[in-house]
Amino acid sequence: MAFEKIIFYLFSAILVLAALRVITARNPVHSALFLVLAFFSSAAIWVLLEAEFLGIVLVLVYVGAVMVLFLFVVMMLNINIAQLRAGFIRYLPLGAAIGLVVVAEMAIVMIRNFGLDKVARPAAKAADYNNTEAIGRVLYTKYLYAFEIAAVILLVAIIAAIALTMRRRKDTKHQNPSEQVRVRKQDRLRVVKMDAEKKQ
Amino acid sequence: MALSDFLIVGAILFCLSLAGIFLNRKNVLILLMSIELMLLAVNMNFIAFSHYMKDAAAQVDGQIFVFFILTVAAAEAAIGLAILVVMYRNRNTIDVEDMDTMKG
Repeated sequence: MAFEKIIFYLFSAILVLAALRVITARNPVHSALFLVLAFFSSAAIWVLLEAEFLGIVLVLVYVGAVMVLFLFVVMMLNINIAQLRAGFIRYLPLGAAIGLVVVAEMAIVMIRNFGLDKVARPAAKAADYNNTEAIGRVLYTKYLYAFEIAAVILLVAIIAAIALTMRRRKDTKHQNPSEQVRVRKQDRLRVVKMDAEKKQ
Repeated sequence: MALSDFLIVGAILFCLSLAGIFLNRKNVLILLMSIELMLLAVNMNFIAFSHYMKDAAAQVDGQIFVFFILTVAAAEAAIGLAILVVMYRNRNTIDVEDMDTMKG
């Protein structure tokens, strides 16, 4: 019990600090790396909540794919940081005030309605309970159509990302296979009829 | 651990990303990262509620939702970053305030 509490508070503190640094870091590369830290510590909290499969998926999909994509884009663009940070101080009081008010409101509601006296701790799972197996059973039966639609969404995202960023440079030399295949003998070869040369 | 503890962590995370959207109004990259943090806060709530669900048969349904949110968020990040790259290529900036060509 006490061990759970220590783990929870440790990773929550890391998560909140990392999120704070994501929005205040001067350099976008630092923001992206702190976002990776935030994902790792929330994956730890999810494992604490017995969602092992999703904790692993978060690390693999988000840290392994999405954040690497972010880092690639950050390093591909040549950004003027000082110019982008210009309004930061001006908006700080407004942003902090809105954030604090919303946190206070939500905390009051949640402590009143979702405390231990209202929502009891769940019963411990059986020793042979397998989170991945349980998710798979539901995902491939009850949510099969949603799963297939998710696959289509990913396909659309792949095609859209390629279509948006593909460009053909003007000055590069490239082959055009369809024209190469369509070429006829007359286009390439000219037979010249001429008299034979006289013997010297 | 009470359910409210996890929900408050989610709320703090959500408000930090909300404040991040207000603070970094010029940098589209940080705006995209704030949206990712927001989705993470929502996912945290889904998982906390599913863990404390009394009905054992419906307990993994919340985790299924998180799975789909992760899928859609990955697609959103890919397309968002592609749009960002195209915008940088055409306008040479990622400042939101420079995106005003349609202002009459």
